[in-house]
Amino acid sequence: MNDIDNARVRAAAGEPPVLNVRGISKSFDKLQVLSDVSLTVGRGETVCIVGPSGSGKSTLLRCINWLEPPDAGAIFLSGRRVGRRAGGDVAMSDSELAQIRTRIGMVFQHFALWPHLTVLQNVMEAPLHVQKRPKAEVREFAEMLLEKVGLGDKRHAFPARLSGGQKQRVGIARALAVRPDLLLFDEPTSALDPELVGEVILVMRQLARDGMTMVVVTHEMGFARDAATRMVFLDHGRIIETGTPAQFFSAPATDRARQFLQRYATSTAAVADV
Amino acid sequence: MIKDFVIVWEHRDQMLNGLMNTLWLSLCSAVLAFALGALLTTALTSRARPVAALARSFVDTMRCLPFLLFAYLVYYGLPSFGIRFSNWGAGLIALTLYNTAYMAELLRAAWAGLSPELIEAGHAFGFFGLNLFRRIVLPPVILAAVPMIGNQMIQIIKDSAFLSIIAVPELTHEASSIQATYFVPFAAFVAAVLLYWVLCLIVEAAVAGVGQMAEARR
Repeated sequence: MNDIDNARVRAAAGEPPVLNVRGISKSFDKLQVLSDVSLTVGRGETVCIVGPSGSGKSTLLRCINWLEPPDAGAIFLSGRRVGRRAGGDVAMSDSELAQIRTRIGMVFQHFALWPHLTVLQNVMEAPLHVQKRPKAEVREFAEMLLEKVGLGDKRHAFPARLSGGQKQRVGIARALAVRPDLLLFDEPTSALDPELVGEVILVMRQLARDGMTMVVVTHEMGFARDAATRMVFLDHGRIIETGTPAQFFSAPATDRARQFLQRYATSTAAVADV
Repeated sequence: MIKDFVIVWEHRDQMLNGLMNTLWLSLCSAVLAFALGALLTTALTSRARPVAALARSFVDTMRCLPFLLFAYLVYYGLPSFGIRFSNWGAGLIALTLYNTAYMAELLRAAWAGLSPELIEAGHAFGFFGLNLFRRIVLPPVILAAVPMIGNQMIQIIKDSAFLSIIAVPELTHEASSIQATYFVPFAAFVAAVLLYWVLCLIVEAAVAGVGQMAEARR
C-alpha cells in the first residue's frame, strides 16, 4: 500500500489531513498571485510544487504558515485553522500564531540562519525559546539531528564559516528541531552551487523515506521524480495539474505543463552540454 | 616649560580624579544611551505613525542642536520651569539624551541593513514581539553596529569635556582649574589631551576585540 492509499485510509478513519488548503487567493496591489488554490496533504506525503518563476509557488508556501496572510480562503493544519480563530472572523493573536507556526518547519532559499548563533544554537533556538522545552532534551535532540544531516562536527561553528550546502543542512536540522507536523521547503537548492545541491537533496530524500510530511517548492526535477508522492503544477497562481510523478513527467495532461517540462529539459540539457 | 609639567605632575591626583570622573560619566552615559537608543530604535521603526514621528523629531532635534547649548538648556534653562538638577545630574542627563539620538540612528541603520529573511525566519519559527527583538534582531544589529558604537563612545568622551562649563569635575574641568591656579595652560591642557587619547585608545582596542568576535558571526 503506498503513501497516498495510507493517507486515504487515515482520512476515512476520521484523521484530518496534515495540511488542508481551501481556496486561497492572494494579491499584491493589483497583481493576483494566487487564485483559488486548494491542496490537501496527508501524513507522510511529499508534495512537490513546480512551475515557472512568478507562478506563485513561494507565495503559496508562505501563506501556509501565514508569513503572507491570504486574502481569501482558509488553511488547516491537522484540522486546526491557521491564522484565524475557528469562526474565521478574528485574526489569531501573535502567541496563538506562534504556537501553530512551531508545528510547521520551514527551510528557506537563502538559508536564513541566524548569524550570531552557532550551528547548534541555531537548531536549539526555537525549541528552547519559543516552545520552552527542557534544555537537556533539546540539546540531545539537536545533536542527533546534526549527526543525521552529517554536521555533528560543525556544531560549534558559526554559519558564516559553512558552505552553502552545509548551511542548508543546518536549515533542515533547525526546521526538524521543532518536531513539526509539516516541513515546508522554499526552493532549498536554488541558491547553491551545482556541486553542493546533491548533499542537500540526499538529506531531503532520506526525510521523504522516513515518512516526514513535506511540501517542497523546487526546480530539482530529479528529486521530484523519485521522492514526490504527488506533483502540483502551478502557473499564473492557479493549480493547473496534479498527479503522481510518473504521470506528470511522462504524460502531463495539460499543454502548459508539457511546455514547462520541455523548456526545463532543454535548459538542463544545455547546462549538461557545457 | 619642564617646570610647568612638574606642577601638573604634582597635581596628578586631581588630574586622575578628573580622568576617573570623565571615565565614569562617559561609561554610564554610553550604557544608558545605548539602552535608550535601542528602545528609541523600535519607536523609530514602529508601525504606529505618531510614535515613529515623535521619535524621529527627537532624533532630528538632537542632531541639529549643538551639545554645548543642550547642556546649557538642561542646567540653566530647566530651572525656569522648576526642574533643577545637580551639575552631575544635569551633565549625565544631557550627555545621555544627546547620544541616545545618535545611538538610535546608528542602530536603525544597522537594522535596516539586516537581511529581512533572518527576521522572517524568526517569525516562521514562532518568535514575535520582544522575544523576536531581543533574540533574533538585536544581537546581529549590535554586531553590525560595533564599529559605529565605538565611534559614538569616543564622541561621548569628547562631548563630556563640554560639561566643564557646568562645573562637572571631569578631566577638562580639572585641567582648567590647575592651569588657572598656576597659570600653566600648555602643560595642563596637553596632559589632558594625552589622557583623552589614552581613553580613546582603550575604546578602540575594545572595539577591535569585539569586532573580531563580530566578524565570525556575520
